[in-house]
Amino acid sequence: MIRWLAALLAGLLLGGLVHLVSVLALPRIASQDAYSRLERITPVNAVKALPPADPNNAPIPLMDPAFATAICRYDLSSGPIKLAVPVSQAYTSVSFYTDGDVAYYAINDRSAGRKVIELDLMTEAQHAALPEDEEITAADRLIVDSPTSTGLIVLKALAADTGLMAQAQASLAAATCKVQTEPPQKPSATPRAGR
Amino acid sequence: MALLILVIATAVGLGTTWMTATRGTDLGTLTIGAWTAQPRIGTTEINPYARATVVRSGELPLGTGDGIAFIATTDDAKRLLDGRCDVTVSGITPPARFWTLTLYNAKGHLVANALQRYGFTSEEIVRNADGSFVIRLASRARSGNWLPTGGIERYQLMLRLYDTPVGIATRTQRDAPMPAITTAGCS
Repeated sequence: MIRWLAALLAGLLLGGLVHLVSVLALPRIASQDAYSRLERITPVNAVKALPPADPNNAPIPLMDPAFATAICRYDLSSGPIKLAVPVSQAYTSVSFYTDGDVAYYAINDRSAGRKVIELDLMTEAQHAALPEDEEITAADRLIVDSPTSTGLIVLKALAADTGLMAQAQASLAAATCKVQTEPPQKPSATPRAGR
Repeated sequence: MALLILVIATAVGLGTTWMTATRGTDLGTLTIGAWTAQPRIGTTEINPYARATVVRSGELPLGTGDGIAFIATTDDAKRLLDGRCDVTVSGITPPARFWTLTLYNAKGHLVANALQRYGFTSEEIVRNADGSFVIRLASRARSGNWLPTGGIERYQLMLRLYDTPVGIATRTQRDAPMPAITTAGCS
């Protein structure tokens, strides 16, 4: 009797361990998460508009149908990314996700305070490698550090009513997301953000 | 004996993981009326259970700098939302530059309807003189702000607030007055 109880107890304890390990491992082994789904339908380091959410065709669940959405799936291994998103009439936001679907940064048109949301995305190592005087110009260049070298940038523009969807899509179509051509190691090669 | 221990461990461990990943946990949730949000889900401080739920469902949570999402699966009387019933969502919303209310089925997909109306935005909703609103959810057409349910048995509502002070510091209805959800009658 006691042996059976001991077995039960040991099973439960070990079960707790299995539970903890599997919860923590799930993000690594999931194949139907948003990043994996979008990886199949988006190019790397370019802006790709997603089709508007509709009942039969949604690339990922729980998309907000009031928004035009575009994705830039990035890979920073060949250098930092420059992102420019023109602000639409109603509301525009840019959200950053790691390749494990963790939202690590998001900014909207009002907090960006400009007609175009412009920023540089780089890994922490690339940021650390920026020359000193580059940091001075950093005041008017928004730099975002990515915790991972691959991930997703989600660009969204609100269509405040259904008639404005085409307009919202058009404003996102003008967004760009590309690898910086000039190596950031050369300070002279970088103009003072052109402003 | 060792086999028994392993069987119990596997069943208990994976069973609880599956439960928490599909149903979610109350860890770090903010509940106001029938509405629930997870303020830290859009940050790097997301808890492991919320992460497991996110990767399993395939959604991308709203980043905190973007907004916050509240989900309701029941009305204020804890009755599950039923597409065959007349349900109203009424009142006011917390301060935000924009909000959207969207109806999804249990899997998080939009529900087909002839109007192609899947929700409302704060701009297109018809309001009362005092700024409050009433949204009527039903399978058949209703006057005013009608949101078609397609007659499905279970659905969920998502109220997303964009550019809002509501977040990690929000605790109660006073900071964030959420609209009431009531089931009027079922056909």
